Amino acid sequence: MSTSFKINYSSLIRQAVIDSFKKLHPRDEIKNLVMFVVWLGSILTTLWLFKDCSRFNVQICLWLWFTCLFANFAEAMAEGRGKAHADELRKMRTKTVAKKLVNGKEVSVPSSELKIGDRVVCTPGDLVPADGEVVEGIATVDESAITGESAPVVRESGGDRSAVTGGTRVTSDRIVVRVTAEEGNSFLDRMIAMIEGARRQLTPNEIALNIVLVSLTALFIVVVLALPPMALFNEKAAGQTDVVLTSLPVLLALIVCLIPTTIGGLLSAIGIAGIDRLMRRNVLATSGRAVEAAGDVDVLLLDKTGTITLGNRQATEFIPAPGVALDVLADAAQLASLADETPEGRSIVTLAKEKFNLRGRDVAGPLVKFVPFSAQTRMSGVDLAAHDGKAARQIRKGADASVRAWVESHGGLYVNEVVAAVEKISRAGGTPLVVAENENVLGVILLKDIVKGGIKERFAQLRTMGIRTVMITGDNPLTAAAIAAEAGVDDFIAQAKPEDKLARIRQEQSGGKLIAMIGDGTNDAPSLAQADVGVAMNSGTQAAREAGNMVDLDSNPTKLIEVVEIGKQLLMTRGALTTFSIANDVSKYFAIIPAMFGILYATKPGGVGPLDKMNIMYLHSPESAILSAVIFNALIIVALIPLALKGVKYQPLGAAVILRKNMLIYGVGGIIVPFIFIKLIDVLLVAVHLAP
Amino acid sequence: MTTNEIIQIVLFFGIGIALTPILGRFMFKVYTGEKTWLHPVLQPVEKLVYWATGIDPAEEMTWLRYLWAVVLMTTVGFASLMAILMTQKWLPFNPAGQDNLSWHLAFNTAWSFTCNADWQSYSGEAVMSYFSQTIGLSVHQFISGAAGLAILVAVGRALKRASVKTIGNFWVDLTRGTIYIVIPLSILWAIPLAWQGVPQAWQNYATAKLVEPYTTSVPKLDDKGNAITKSVPKTDDKGQAVKDDKGQPVMVDQPVMVDQKVDEQIIPVGPVASFESCKQLFTNGGGWFGVNSAHPLENPTPLANFLELLAIIIVPMAQVFMFGLLVGNVKHAWCIFAVMLGLYVASFGVAWWAEVQPNPVTDNIVPHMEGKEQREGVMNSVLWGISATAIDNGSVNSMHDSWMPLAGLMPMWNILVGEIEFGGIGCGMYCMLFHILITVFIAGLMIGRTPEYLGKKLDAWCATWAVIGVLLPNAACLIPTAMSVVMDAGTSSMANQGPHGLSEVLYAFGEAANNNGSAFAGLNANTPWYDVALGVAIIIGRFAPIAAALAIVGRLASKKTVEPSAGTLPTHGWTFGLTLTGVIIIVAALTFFPALCLGPFIEHGLMLAGRTF
Repeated sequence: MSTSFKINYSSLIRQAVIDSFKKLHPRDEIKNLVMFVVWLGSILTTLWLFKDCSRFNVQICLWLWFTCLFANFAEAMAEGRGKAHADELRKMRTKTVAKKLVNGKEVSVPSSELKIGDRVVCTPGDLVPADGEVVEGIATVDESAITGESAPVVRESGGDRSAVTGGTRVTSDRIVVRVTAEEGNSFLDRMIAMIEGARRQLTPNEIALNIVLVSLTALFIVVVLALPPMALFNEKAAGQTDVVLTSLPVLLALIVCLIPTTIGGLLSAIGIAGIDRLMRRNVLATSGRAVEAAGDVDVLLLDKTGTITLGNRQATEFIPAPGVALDVLADAAQLASLADETPEGRSIVTLAKEKFNLRGRDVAGPLVKFVPFSAQTRMSGVDLAAHDGKAARQIRKGADASVRAWVESHGGLYVNEVVAAVEKISRAGGTPLVVAENENVLGVILLKDIVKGGIKERFAQLRTMGIRTVMITGDNPLTAAAIAAEAGVDDFIAQAKPEDKLARIRQEQSGGKLIAMIGDGTNDAPSLAQADVGVAMNSGTQAAREAGNMVDLDSNPTKLIEVVEIGKQLLMTRGALTTFSIANDVSKYFAIIPAMFGILYATKPGGVGPLDKMNIMYLHSPESAILSAVIFNALIIVALIPLALKGVKYQPLGAAVILRKNMLIYGVGGIIVPFIFIKLIDVLLVAVHLAP
Repeated sequence: MTTNEIIQIVLFFGIGIALTPILGRFMFKVYTGEKTWLHPVLQPVEKLVYWATGIDPAEEMTWLRYLWAVVLMTTVGFASLMAILMTQKWLPFNPAGQDNLSWHLAFNTAWSFTCNADWQSYSGEAVMSYFSQTIGLSVHQFISGAAGLAILVAVGRALKRASVKTIGNFWVDLTRGTIYIVIPLSILWAIPLAWQGVPQAWQNYATAKLVEPYTTSVPKLDDKGNAITKSVPKTDDKGQAVKDDKGQPVMVDQPVMVDQKVDEQIIPVGPVASFESCKQLFTNGGGWFGVNSAHPLENPTPLANFLELLAIIIVPMAQVFMFGLLVGNVKHAWCIFAVMLGLYVASFGVAWWAEVQPNPVTDNIVPHMEGKEQREGVMNSVLWGISATAIDNGSVNSMHDSWMPLAGLMPMWNILVGEIEFGGIGCGMYCMLFHILITVFIAGLMIGRTPEYLGKKLDAWCATWAVIGVLLPNAACLIPTAMSVVMDAGTSSMANQGPHGLSEVLYAFGEAANNNGSAFAGLNANTPWYDVALGVAIIIGRFAPIAAALAIVGRLASKKTVEPSAGTLPTHGWTFGLTLTGVIIIVAALTFFPALCLGPFIEHGLMLAGRTF
């Protein structure tokens, strides 16, 4: 899961610095109205310098520009990572020469000329020229370029590991690949588009938050513009002249300090960083909207196999019928499973080997005929012809009902003890496989699902977060209920067909709930499309990958839980920084109001008036107070970039507890912190003689 | 703080809180059409109204139509009231022969009463005929109150609904509120007030012989009734003659004064008791007399005072409980109730504390009785002033302008936070809704979910209208205040200069933009500028929140309701209550802190230094 994709931080920062200047273009600034106000303020103060180029005004002007640049820098930093990743991917897309098979001969053609259906040969060291399906051979492929996983993976013809992605490198053997996507339409192209295009649209929450922030900005502009008349009115009544500081730079400084620049400047960085965090966990989101929806998910639909339980069911016990020796049953079971390549079949062989030291034997030969599993018979097994004086044997294993029918058709008796054992196993959540030889029932094999370690705790955490888990399984209701209880899911759908999944999603959605699911098969595609968060596995079919709004490159079903957490973190970061930004204003008032009006109603020259009492930070002078507030306001953006990129700490707790914690940190903290830093900046400014 | 005072305070809040669930449930039943004990008598009246007006009680309205109905009713009410006020000279029931009102005063008054603000730029007994007071103004005291409640009912009802476009029928809500709540409660309250000595009479103003005749000096008038003046040298504050550039004394015209013996007094009366009960109960606050409930005939005894005080709070308190029942979340309602009560009691505490502090300007004499009635005393004056501003009532029984600066700050603060410490009937709760939504919005994000309120996801539409509901009234207060202090038309009306003058204007626009109607006194608001500007502020303060509330719930009613889970932000409990309180304080403080600094804070500092305005 760790990404091999390395970020070169110094070049990232260099690029971000350059970009933050480029983003001063009005075309970019207008996109963020809060920062646009700061940008306009910077221009106005710059123009004001032609009128009054005092040291104070120059500093205000510079810091307002810095505020703009810092916000741009935050955005550029967040974008940089994704851009670097996309560039890396784009390099892989550079044209390669493909060895196309034409009438059995290899012909070199540029990869861009490959058409769907073409067959190409790949040998060790070759880049796979296009997305495709292995139709011949088996090979190890290094997919680290897209997944970041350095260990090569096996790709072979047939089955569900046949998909190869253009741009990955074959490291061993020779395979023939049938092209499934032409240039411009490949998975790599889609990945690049996802990484770069995820920021195209604002998410619903971003729009709503933006409206709140812009309204606050408008309000503060009104508040500040209403100040000079009221102040001058007082000045007149006090019989003083020129004692209130209401010059344009001061008013603009006050506006910039009050409007929510901290969150305004970091808002887009937070959004991009959320998508980026997903990317670093090898999940690609098609839109920021999908990431946001992940935070809102109420119900997780999880496939039992692979997510809740380890892979497939495994044989754990042999239960012989009365009068049948245990090792006879084990031997028959192993024989019947030798040719069974399913994980269940293998586990039977393994169990027999481990428990009874029964070795797999050479079963090839004309005497042995394997009977593969078929949907009609719902049994598999082996027929051994009579040889060396031994009678012919027909061994079958399969579901209870089918084996019963088979036994009875051979005139045998299906003993009650076996029926009882089957029922007992089913009730306990296991899967019974009945083994029979000719007309005799030998006994039952217990197949059990192994619930993944730690998954129960994970579900309990989800429950405290208010997220319900629904397990999807093809098992019968009894089995499903037992596993559901063991794993601690809230609900399950047994004997689920793809339509059931879809129906469940629709039903939950009609109750206003948001659903997340993960899937890989073509028959998952409708559900993936219907779900609010549909994560398709990279190893899955093309249909599934296109239906979902996220792709998990690791094809790890447990990833869904992480996706939800990242979504929540994204929203929390926005909320926390909004709260922090607004809470900061309190201290700025205490810095700037006494600075502007401190000597109003002073009774003697050099004296102070009543509002000077509000200078509770004992800032040195009006100039240093205003400058300190503006500098703090600018620097806090830079200071919070790491938080914006990393996201606030997420813990799986109840809503009220999280609110209390974050309110304390970002609300109360947001009120207190600036008092300390404004004072420090003030001391520093005076020490280096930048302000009196 | 005497035992007597404490008993009064405990009784006041105790009775108010005890009545909340009772009255709240009654109101809930009325609006949902359930049978109450009043139905046997009043249901025929309700049906008669529907029959006579052709209202179909089963008809449902979308939020836009509901809003349109409110606007239509208010505008028609405004036009008819303005017509009455400008023609009262020729209309009946005018025994005192009151003249027609000026266009601007009529404009201001008509909006003020139809919008439930009840700001008065006039003294009732001096300019209003009985016809204007009862048929004109009193009707709107009933209807504007009932309209406010109706809107809240629509809001609560809509929040409970899911996946529908309609939110109820304004005419039905208005009719039910008027018939079952407003009129019965008014009658209930008018009876003890009349018993306590509040007049309920239609005859002309009474004339009484004074026990102690006195002499006063009045300007001498010529035959045409104009004051006779003479030219005298102008003097400055210190009594020195003012000289012009050439050293000549500057001359000014001064009226010639003559002594006049006063031995009789005209005592204005009228059907005051019914007017008074309605004024207090439905957060109107517009008094029959100019000095409002400081007038002995409007508020004659301590018991009358207590009853009138109680009348201020009962319906606003009950509306919160009714809202809880309507949305089906009583826990949430009690949480809001606690927040409102907390802010209310806190402002009362601060004001009372400030009011008993010594004032160096008046030789530290306490209690401060300037502007207060002897029979009310300090505590009752402060409790009234705080109640009438925390709750969008606006009546007074003392002059807030004479309170200590920090005490006077509290009524102003209550007004500026947006009239939500119970607030006006209906509007207090739906204005609170905006703060709740902003809280839910920020807090919701902070817990990592798209913000949800009562099972409904909040989107950009809701965010937009919620900030409009809060910020427009704030802007409608700040902008004209700033204009007034630099315009001659603004400054010439002020009784005081400097911070106190600013406070007067800020207070006036604050109350107008929040539809309170309380007056700080000291400002002569009956000028074209103030009448019109305050009138406009009243319109914005009334319709911005109504439109916002209806727009929000109209949207939410059409959404699906999601059952709450452990991950949903709980809208009850102390965490939410404190967060909501914080949001309310921060929003108001950030908006008005600079203005308050230049007004009451500076004044307080100067007063401590012995300087007043």
